[in-house]
Amino acid sequence: MNLNEWIHSNTIHHSQFWDLKKLVEEKQRQGLKISLCLPTLNEEKTIGKEIVMFKSELVDRYPLLDEIAVIDSGSTDRTRDIAATFGADVYLSADILPQYGEKKGKGENLWKAVYQLTGDIIVYVDADIKNIHPRFAYGLVAPLIYRPEVHYVKAFYDRPLAFSQGVRPSGGGRVTEILVRPLFSLFFPDLTGLVQPLSGEYAVRREVLDKIPFPIGYGVETSHLIDVYEKWGMEAIAQVDLDQRVHRNQETRALGKMAFGILRAFLVRAEALGVIGKLPELSTFLRQFQVSNANFEQIAYEIVEEERPPMIELPEYREKFGVAL
Amino acid sequence: MQTTFTSLDGILALLPSLPGRLAPIQETLITNLIMLGEIPSPTFEEEARIKLFLQRLVECGLPDVSGDEAGNGVGIIPGRNPDRNILLVAHADSVYTDKTDHSLSVLSDEIIGPGVADNALGLAVLATLPSLFEMLGLQLDANLVLLSSSKGLGRGNLDGLRFFMENNILPMEAGICVEGAQLGRLSYSAEGMFRGYINCRIPEDLGWQRAGQNSAIIALNDVINRILEIPIPRRPRTSIVLGAIRGGKSYNIMATQSSLRFEVRSESAGQVQAIRERVEDIVAHATSTHNAQFEFSVVSSRDPGGIDVGHPLVKSCRRIMECLELETEIRPSMSEVSELIARGLPAVTLGITEASNLHDLDETIRIKPIYTGLAQLLAVLFAIDGGLCNEPE
Repeated sequence: MNLNEWIHSNTIHHSQFWDLKKLVEEKQRQGLKISLCLPTLNEEKTIGKEIVMFKSELVDRYPLLDEIAVIDSGSTDRTRDIAATFGADVYLSADILPQYGEKKGKGENLWKAVYQLTGDIIVYVDADIKNIHPRFAYGLVAPLIYRPEVHYVKAFYDRPLAFSQGVRPSGGGRVTEILVRPLFSLFFPDLTGLVQPLSGEYAVRREVLDKIPFPIGYGVETSHLIDVYEKWGMEAIAQVDLDQRVHRNQETRALGKMAFGILRAFLVRAEALGVIGKLPELSTFLRQFQVSNANFEQIAYEIVEEERPPMIELPEYREKFGVAL
Repeated sequence: MQTTFTSLDGILALLPSLPGRLAPIQETLITNLIMLGEIPSPTFEEEARIKLFLQRLVECGLPDVSGDEAGNGVGIIPGRNPDRNILLVAHADSVYTDKTDHSLSVLSDEIIGPGVADNALGLAVLATLPSLFEMLGLQLDANLVLLSSSKGLGRGNLDGLRFFMENNILPMEAGICVEGAQLGRLSYSAEGMFRGYINCRIPEDLGWQRAGQNSAIIALNDVINRILEIPIPRRPRTSIVLGAIRGGKSYNIMATQSSLRFEVRSESAGQVQAIRERVEDIVAHATSTHNAQFEFSVVSSRDPGGIDVGHPLVKSCRRIMECLELETEIRPSMSEVSELIARGLPAVTLGITEASNLHDLDETIRIKPIYTGLAQLLAVLFAIDGGLCNEPE
């Protein structure tokens, strides 16, 4: 399949899946179990809303989700309280597989969810979405239910508020367009077919999730895409347009840290896959400027992109799910 | 669950356990609240919110769901007797423009966001009633007509509800207006009212040399002073509220335009008319003395009226509220109930929960009292349905 064919056949708008009754019937026919994972760190403003809505629409009204779980990195606000009030299963990331220690980062929560949650499909949705809607979960799960060859479904968001002409630019955020898309264009051209490779919402089959490593920080999305592409090919990846997503806007400096983490994870992957030659030892420090009393000072942020191994390599996991290496 | 009652005592006996039985509807209600409340719905632009309201009713399997020319949305929960109808109304518009961030935050005990109480919650309650009836296995004798009315606030002047009442063919027995706040409110009478808009313009060609001698602000200020001199009687109770004033551009630019929005209320229709005539005189006088163009328009008005405090509907509401240990706050209303009563339909306005910061961006409702509010609403419905709120022949 060439890239244009892939874009045509594997880019889907969520409105195709409006018939939730039919979706649930097909899910039940296949005997699938679906888990929703909400990774959190201080999301008290939005978490309650997400849980209430998913529970009402996708558990009570249309029983698509079998499990709604919050994996929390140690919030200091009321995130865990609120989530529990509205009936989600709430886990502290540090309490899951404690023998493997605790690392800080969203990727850590996603990785631990693979062990803790029981679904055949796990759909990850960020907890900071202000305009939450059931489509954020069913839109991502549906291609996995209807198309057996698809293993990894990524969200993207594209709804122009006003546009008069036939052609308009589309794509991802600043880090995607300035860093990730150029990198993919250079080294993994097929992956440029993804409109928003960094979006935090995706649904994945367990048999894929337990076989890929998880960088614990910013690099997790980029690294997943490369790994799924290398192991299963573009056919296994699909992307769904979920219309608009409203969330917090990040400052450019914060995006600098994100870009640093992604670049490190990318280079490590590219080196391991032999796409680029041997790299020197990479620094873990990002240096940014601040000015105090007309003096320019550098601040160094340490951004460590550690990686968790594929879950299937853990004996605890193989025992819990009855699978072999 | 028993739904046919021959005395109010039977309903009151059910009340203590009712809020607890309603709690499982929480997710559905809050979801409806979020979905409806996050769609901006300024007066005259309620279409998207009402469309979703209708969609939710259709999803619940309601057979009769439709919109009308005035932009209202209507759905019917069928009763056993097709000839009887009870009207439930919630206005769909809010006071916020579509530029306001309408996101709601759901905390463990409260929900925060613009318009959450007025009246996203009222509308969400209507959208949730079909699910609530299904959950409890309820069917009433009368049909329940769920009306999400358009153009309710300000310049909307209840036009949506008015259109519905003029053109609706179903005979109604009683009406309940559902408002998000405040739990315990009971409105069954309306004050006479008009809302006025005064606009003042000074011709642009008055040069800077005359700045300070004349301006739309000075002229309007004169009008305001004269309005404040209008004698207001204590009985019948009457008031003038100066609500909003706008005018001018910057520190040193002569104001060529200014405007005032105000409201006059009175228990007496004669007082309302007398004040209106006084304002017309004041504006005419100011036009001649300030070399300014004044326009005075009445953007909405209501006649005073109400049902009697001894009406069985009012008495039933009061006993139900007492039984739920609610402090009843009786107050006249300018809203939907006034239109229903003016058309001879016995009607009350009920609130669903406790709210604070009304009409601020952090408008807040408390979640737990919602179940008491819903129990109150169901009990009043049972009483109307059982014929316990009819006036003796």
